[in-house]
Amino acid sequence: MLFCNNYLHLSTHTKSNDTIMIRKFLYLEWKAFTRSASFGTNLAVKILVGFLAVYFTLVFLAIGIGAFYILKELKLDPIVTINKFMIYYLLVDLIIRLLLQKIPVMNIRPLLVLPIKKPIIVHFSLGKTVLSFFNFVHAFFFLPFSIVLIYNGYDVLSVILWHTAMVSLIYINNFVNILLSNKDNLLAVFIGIVATLGGLQYYGFFDITSYTSPFFDALFNTYWAFAIPEIGLIGLYYVTFHYFKSNLYLDAGLSSKHDIAKTEDLTWLNQFGTIGTFLKNDIKLIKRNKRSKTTVGMSVMFLFYGLLFFTNGIEAYNNPTMHIFAGIFVSGGFLITFGQFVPSWDSAYYQLMMTQNIPYKGYLSSKWWLMVIATIVTTIIASFYLYFGWQVYMTIVVGAIYNIGVNSHLVLLGGAFTKTPIDLDSGKGAFGDKKAFNIKTMLISIPQLALPVLVYWIGAKLANANVGLALIALLGIIGFAFKNKAFSMIEKIYKTEKYATIASYKQKS
Amino acid sequence: MINVQNLSKTYNGTTVLKIDSLTIPKGQSFGLVGNNGAGKTTFFSLILDLIQPSTGHIINNDVQVNTSENWKPFTASFLDESFLIGYLTPEEYFYFIGDLRGQNKADVDALLTKHEEFFNGEILKNKKYLRDLSKGNQKKVGIIATLIGNPEVVILDEPFANLDPTTVIRLKKIIKELAENPDVTVLVSSHDLLHTVEVCDRIVALNKGEVVKDIQTSAETLQELETFFAV
Repeated sequence: MLFCNNYLHLSTHTKSNDTIMIRKFLYLEWKAFTRSASFGTNLAVKILVGFLAVYFTLVFLAIGIGAFYILKELKLDPIVTINKFMIYYLLVDLIIRLLLQKIPVMNIRPLLVLPIKKPIIVHFSLGKTVLSFFNFVHAFFFLPFSIVLIYNGYDVLSVILWHTAMVSLIYINNFVNILLSNKDNLLAVFIGIVATLGGLQYYGFFDITSYTSPFFDALFNTYWAFAIPEIGLIGLYYVTFHYFKSNLYLDAGLSSKHDIAKTEDLTWLNQFGTIGTFLKNDIKLIKRNKRSKTTVGMSVMFLFYGLLFFTNGIEAYNNPTMHIFAGIFVSGGFLITFGQFVPSWDSAYYQLMMTQNIPYKGYLSSKWWLMVIATIVTTIIASFYLYFGWQVYMTIVVGAIYNIGVNSHLVLLGGAFTKTPIDLDSGKGAFGDKKAFNIKTMLISIPQLALPVLVYWIGAKLANANVGLALIALLGIIGFAFKNKAFSMIEKIYKTEKYATIASYKQKS
Repeated sequence: MINVQNLSKTYNGTTVLKIDSLTIPKGQSFGLVGNNGAGKTTFFSLILDLIQPSTGHIINNDVQVNTSENWKPFTASFLDESFLIGYLTPEEYFYFIGDLRGQNKADVDALLTKHEEFFNGEILKNKKYLRDLSKGNQKKVGIIATLIGNPEVVILDEPFANLDPTTVIRLKKIIKELAENPDVTVLVSSHDLLHTVEVCDRIVALNKGEVVKDIQTSAETLQELETFFAV
């Protein structure tokens, strides 16, 4: 009896302790959220970001609601079609997660030595990922779609069961991503799988959906199949939990990986003098850091962005004026994604740069050459667009000339005002840092896209399309001629912004 | 070599540094001691033009540091790990600094060989990037990098912190060697009174941003400083 009482007492004690712990964790999370660097920005930016968030929410809602009616319009059964392509939806979701969703293991480190039981730490860390944006974003599609289904007289229970199954599948992706994080090259493997499957299906060799859609259909058509993903999810949580718990050591799951370093001399760059010195450094910067590698990956995606415009895939995109957009994007992916963060790439050691005998001109030239080389290489690779005809490829070449002549200066100019330190080790943020949002930078980025479109429009209106293209190329050549002038202007801004830049680079997020 | 006039730095109404006049002659080894927040790093940051003075100015070898950049070729410094490029190997970092200071690979290699003992076999050819080295080893790299290109002014912030005992002894030897060279002015800050007294000709103590002691090192200096700081 006494023993029993004692036991009861103990268990209630730990119980209340656990809730206190969870509450403390939530308190820490809230602080981390409200005090994150992105909240420190000014009111105007907050309002703008708020608008963007509302805008995208509405867009997703519209897709969720509209999907049903659009598919109906196309004489397709909405639920069957969605189920057919669900396998791709899930695979692409996994790829996006592997690319962007990070598991916040580092935050766990300080908790290890505090009197907190390990299972609580693990449950909390996993629970936190459940609340991730990457899970919630799908609700904007599935929720309205399901409601529209019910509204249109589909069996309510079937819809609800199907919906729960979908939620489970999304969460299965969430935990798969956790288990797969920190594994090398998986991203490439998954992209390869999707590309191969997509290609085989497009050319009619092999249709993966004919094997997978019966499963997804069963989720809707039967009252029992939904249990499969449910059970799968529970099992996966169990596995993830134990995997994490057994790896909750600084030298196991929580260790940071060390790369094996290899000294590279790149002596062939010595012939370029000071620029060579910086180029050597920049090449290493791009090769050895996660963030910069993601950026290069992004710019490769830009290369294929033009397909949306030239293939007639989206009707609204297929007109000459929109093609100019595409021309700028296809060749300028690297320039835009890398250039907008000069000099932030060097933010971690900016104090060093500012105390060394560094001519700004050499520093800027090196970044400029890097962008120019990348633009030329992309333009050469983009020659596969010749498949769509000479006119299309000419648009891309003209875009490249404009990128080299004008945009390269504009991004460097915009970068001088961007005072966001870059965490080179983090793969996040390649899709545009919220913090890097800056009115000046935005104003400078308008002529990057709007000016060539406008010039083309005028040229095409007054004469013909070729004159329009020639005018853009002329702008690029003029910009190129004023390179020295532009550089000394940017240099001056760098000098006046020096102290503010150093101060903001010191504040690590 | 370094001449300070009416210097002050104020953040939101709080003065963190105020030095009316201070002259550091060429060839001196100058030690700056003080508690946390005394203004040591602020002073060094001002000499390196990393922050702007609220009033006054600093002249480094006839160059006013916040108006001209001509002090950069003869001044070398290591304040903290933000002076290191994390994704480079130590060798690459040394060659990079060498390139910027007009030294070729052979010059840099000669310097590295000279200091092989200081590295204790943990730095060179170790297949590690700077970001993956321990704090102490990172510091070793930063300190030796300041010696590339025979600078006339060497500024080291807290060089003794985080180093193991053997390395501290070796570092003191390196700083003493520098101090013996009449063309090199060395500025060192530290919390450690004993080390500073050992390597510096002159000690300045800062407290809440003001110079409270300015003494030429003698046998009694350590005693004097310890009495001062023992509040």
